[in-house]
Amino acid sequence: MYQTNAYEGMLAETVSVPGARGDMINAYLARPLGPGPFPAVVLIHHMPGWDEWYREATRKFAHHGYAALSPNLYYRAGHGTPEDVAAQVRAAGGVPDEQVLGDLAGSLGYLRALPYVNGRVAVFGTCSGGRHAYLAACRVPGFAAAIDCWGGRVVMTPAELTPQQPQAPLDFTADLACPLLGLFGEEDRGPTPEQVAVHEQALKQHGKTYEFHMYPAAGHGFFYHDRPAYRQGPAVDGWAKIFAFLQKHLGA
Amino acid sequence: MCTMIVSQVAIEGSGKGTAGWFPVRRAAVSYDHPFHAPLEHALNIDFTDPARGPGARVAVELTAQAARDLAATILAVLAEAERGGFLEAAE
Repeated sequence: MYQTNAYEGMLAETVSVPGARGDMINAYLARPLGPGPFPAVVLIHHMPGWDEWYREATRKFAHHGYAALSPNLYYRAGHGTPEDVAAQVRAAGGVPDEQVLGDLAGSLGYLRALPYVNGRVAVFGTCSGGRHAYLAACRVPGFAAAIDCWGGRVVMTPAELTPQQPQAPLDFTADLACPLLGLFGEEDRGPTPEQVAVHEQALKQHGKTYEFHMYPAAGHGFFYHDRPAYRQGPAVDGWAKIFAFLQKHLGA
Repeated sequence: MCTMIVSQVAIEGSGKGTAGWFPVRRAAVSYDHPFHAPLEHALNIDFTDPARGPGARVAVELTAQAARDLAATILAVLAEAERGGFLEAAE
């Protein structure tokens, strides 16, 4: 916790970062002022888009001492309001997993090259971004910790596979290369508590380092203070668990 | 969760968006997270003209029951119009 007599400053702005296939995409970067070196976090936005909540969350990580970068995974869909762009991506069935992984690898490399970042980078995501965070932790080398908040479709039946999501993230569990924090709600219909249990069993089977927390009386998206899904108690506790997890594995 | 349940259909008509009227060329129907309706999932319909970019969109987010009622009403109105001989010749 910061002290009331401490100086604090922050820089937050949009930047361009490398993405999949060498594309340049835009991203929102927030970082504490000062030389650092700071640990860092890549934030993966949810299906509703690269929206205001994600800008707030990016600044929240910076307030807690992290250089935080939220790439716009919908960059290629064109520009407009976050909702209009996200609606276009929704109509197309989402963004391809391989493209997302390329974008996240680009963001990881961008952060690691910054002179004020200490090289230790976590990946965080909610909703579809939680799924992507898990996928990245398994398939993009270099992340030091991963946070999956209620990511659905980690456990997928063959019928649920799509051209954009051709393989279940669960299938890559053997390759998970960093500690994992998972936050879930008992009332969520995707992932259901049963699907989270399947995921946890796979993590145990492969001897992975993880901690899962299942909140009663919470459903999907319980951090979103702008939605009816917000649950104050689980949200406050969940954020505390996130920063404790990052402190343990990245320092700050 | 993100259901990824979506289907698109080519359409012809006009829609009124934030910048006024424009031709609508595509409707995307999804059952997934809405942006505004206070629901975890909604039946979303986006009327768009892809050639005009993401902003050319007229959106509705409906409860499942509202969507069923709307679909039935559309079909009923068209049937009545057809019985009356009012449908355009091109249709």
